[in-house]
Amino acid sequence: MSRPRLSDLAVGDAIGSRTLTLERVDLVRYAGASGDLNPIHWNDRFATEVGLPGVIAHGMLTMGSAIGLVADWAGDPGAVVDYGVRFTRPVPVPDPGHATLEISGVVGAVDEAAGTVRIDLTVQTGELRVLGKAQAIVRL
Amino acid sequence: MAIDLAFAGRTYPPTPPYSVGREHLRDFARAVAATHPAHHDVEAARGLGHPDVVAPPTFAVVIAQRAEAQLIEDPAAGIDFSRVVHAEERFTHHRPIHAGDELVTVLHVDSITERAGLAMVSTRCEISDAAGEPVATVRSTLAVRGDDAGGAA
Repeated sequence: MSRPRLSDLAVGDAIGSRTLTLERVDLVRYAGASGDLNPIHWNDRFATEVGLPGVIAHGMLTMGSAIGLVADWAGDPGAVVDYGVRFTRPVPVPDPGHATLEISGVVGAVDEAAGTVRIDLTVQTGELRVLGKAQAIVRL
Repeated sequence: MAIDLAFAGRTYPPTPPYSVGREHLRDFARAVAATHPAHHDVEAARGLGHPDVVAPPTFAVVIAQRAEAQLIEDPAAGIDFSRVVHAEERFTHHRPIHAGDELVTVLHVDSITERAGLAMVSTRCEISDAAGEPVATVRSTLAVRGDDAGGAA
């Protein structure tokens, strides 16, 4: 698997995009794998009682799913040295049905001295951005 | 019960060691649709210079949330979890986490602020390995709605 070279990259370069779908079973799988058993991610009754439209995806599931694009582009998940997001909007996951995450990334900055590149991610469900300031620093 | 602002600045004792398991890393990777071979295949990971399968970049949240529970689940802190919304998260990796790691976490409560019925609780988990070397820093901010605030994000 070839890895991108810092010298080949410029601000604004696209690294690609992917589309993921989330069903209730994906939320249950993430709850089990992460240990985050907050009922707003699997129990409609509880979710509506606390003022949500229904069950929503874990913010950490959205964040965790989005970075795979960067890890695959970098050629090594261990190259992601920093990754931060703001959770700006919930991702409702209907039942029956699914939510769709559209994930894309561009080069936001190149630091030749540090040997790193910043990837700026856009993550949307429908027309709505669900993560703000989603940025990853990748060592190349 | 209101949030106790006096918890800001608190540092907790190191947690017991957390053992990072190979199958757990694979399960977590599947749960976040992380298909890179280095998460699943030991030889692929070693081919990239890692000693064993590598954790996805957000796996450290599993370790951090256990440490954060010391604050979140402390009734004296006054954090009503049914009113909590995750506002921000950031991972800084000093080195990748891999299967076989034994990791100890020190939880710091960096700040607790309250404004217009919304409390912002910012924590920092410093995760280190068995040798005491830094592995990851996990920063998390929770927004906690007050009794009268409506809606949820």
